[in-house]
Amino acid sequence: MAELNKSEFNGVWIFAEQRRGKMHNVAFELLGKGRELADQLKVSLSAVLLGNGVTGMAQDLIAAGADKVYLVDDPKLDHFNDELYANVLADIASQYKPEIILTGATAVGRAFFPRVSILLNAGLTADCTAFELDMAERNLFQIRPAFGGSLMAKIMTPERRPQMSTARYKVFKALVKDPSRKGEIIKPQIKADSLQARSQFVEFIEEVETTINIAEADIIVSGGRGIGGGENFKLVRELAQALGGAVGASRAAVDSGWIPYSHQVGQTGKTVSPKLYIACGISGSVQHLAGMQSSDIIVAINKDPEAPIFGVAKYGIVGDLNEILPALTERIKKG
Amino acid sequence: MKIVVCIKQVPDTTNIKVDPETGTLKRETAGTVMNPFDMYAIEEALRIKEKLGGTVTVVTMGPPMAKEILKVAIGMGADEAVLLCDRLLAGSDTWATSYALAKTAEKLGCDIMLFGKQAVDGDTAQVGPSAAQYLKMPSLTWVKKIREISDKEIVVERMMEDGIDVVKSSLPVALTVVKEINEPRLESLKGKMRAKKYEPQVLTLADINGDEKMVGVKNSPTRVAKSWSATREAGKAELIEGDAGARAENLFGKLKTLGFIK
Repeated sequence: MAELNKSEFNGVWIFAEQRRGKMHNVAFELLGKGRELADQLKVSLSAVLLGNGVTGMAQDLIAAGADKVYLVDDPKLDHFNDELYANVLADIASQYKPEIILTGATAVGRAFFPRVSILLNAGLTADCTAFELDMAERNLFQIRPAFGGSLMAKIMTPERRPQMSTARYKVFKALVKDPSRKGEIIKPQIKADSLQARSQFVEFIEEVETTINIAEADIIVSGGRGIGGGENFKLVRELAQALGGAVGASRAAVDSGWIPYSHQVGQTGKTVSPKLYIACGISGSVQHLAGMQSSDIIVAINKDPEAPIFGVAKYGIVGDLNEILPALTERIKKG
Repeated sequence: MKIVVCIKQVPDTTNIKVDPETGTLKRETAGTVMNPFDMYAIEEALRIKEKLGGTVTVVTMGPPMAKEILKVAIGMGADEAVLLCDRLLAGSDTWATSYALAKTAEKLGCDIMLFGKQAVDGDTAQVGPSAAQYLKMPSLTWVKKIREISDKEIVVERMMEDGIDVVKSSLPVALTVVKEINEPRLESLKGKMRAKKYEPQVLTLADINGDEKMVGVKNSPTRVAKSWSATREAGKAELIEGDAGARAENLFGKLKTLGFIK
């Protein structure tokens, strides 16, 4: 491989993920972090926006911190398509050569960024929870949990550009939007080949869930093995309802058939970072902790005082769930 | 129909310990297992074969001991197993690993490539779509159901955060599957008997026409600069004492102060 001239690459980019005309909040969070990195590197911050009929969303990205928006508004980009998104992003990045590209570690980001990294001959680090800069070499340190969260790793991509990462949702802080902020909207030329794909969108089925999606929820009440049975899960549901939160579960509770898999929090379930996480009867395996330990406030209720969950909790109650949960639910209902 | 399933041997993460001094894994004490998600990929491959005919070949890249998981796959009913094993591959990151797996699939020939959604050691979920890109194949990740499949085309349901994307693709194609897709079968008695005597085909980088400048720790784009133990010390939670009523009252007060009670 030919020696890469790193100085040809500059600028921080974030991919602004939208689905059906709704911007994913992680885009704003990454603009917040991206602004910090770009200012430190003394370069511009850009967002890449792909879709159909999305031109009106560009100003919002500028308001949230972007200096430039690379916009491709094309009927072919109406729905997420791995091949098209990867080809188009790689096409724009090869023309404008950013030094960093970040996206959310979402179902979309994690599906197509690997393809972009191959197209650009760049490395890719998954699901980062922090970024730092080495100013001397302009290297991005990409920090992420591994091995079910038992290990943290600091990754770098010293010889390749751009430096690419997917970043965890709800970890970075969005800036307060400034609607008067000015920026530039660039409509890059896209090769006809980049808009060719062999897969195509058929339809979207909205998940008909009466419960709140745990990945989006600000409050989650989760139950584990200590709940003791499927019927007892109503104690968790009632507390969640009283708080206006979602119901989560540990793998043990899901494997016991007490609650469907879509509620599972942890390494083999969903990763969540709500403002409040109440763990009921969850001991706190490494795998479970990996999925929830970036929550703002963690409350643990468990009968075993030695349970590892108390190690990550701010508040702990050692005791019987059958007494505490109904008492707390009642108290909240009383207001 | 040629189906290739890429699988990985991983440390048993339910049992993993980190050396707090060095911040590295104590791999030797953990034991190894087949990456749990890969079972679902094997099961789905077997179901496709049962419907359309063809062969299921499982592939893993790793040291000789990774043969163990290939034997499990044979026990489940896979036709053939390949171990991609070469010192030159050691330390490959996802970029390099997906190259090696793509070259292997190219060598074997394949209409469908299957992966578990991610491996539980690295948790990157990057190798499936990356390998697909090397092969210039479409990649459909997070597949929870195959709605229709023929020799030419496939229609799948993909689990996204806000719902399900139904997507159609021509073959060849690469899929990564989630746990909802099926219930993996256990190894059959007949399968176990076959697995016992079965010797996987061992391929080197040269065998798959791989370029050594594309693999190994030296040529991998990403480097681990540092790693450290993330396990927190137990017992720092503020414990709330008293009877159930008093504890509920106390916690209620704290939640209210924090703004969680409207």
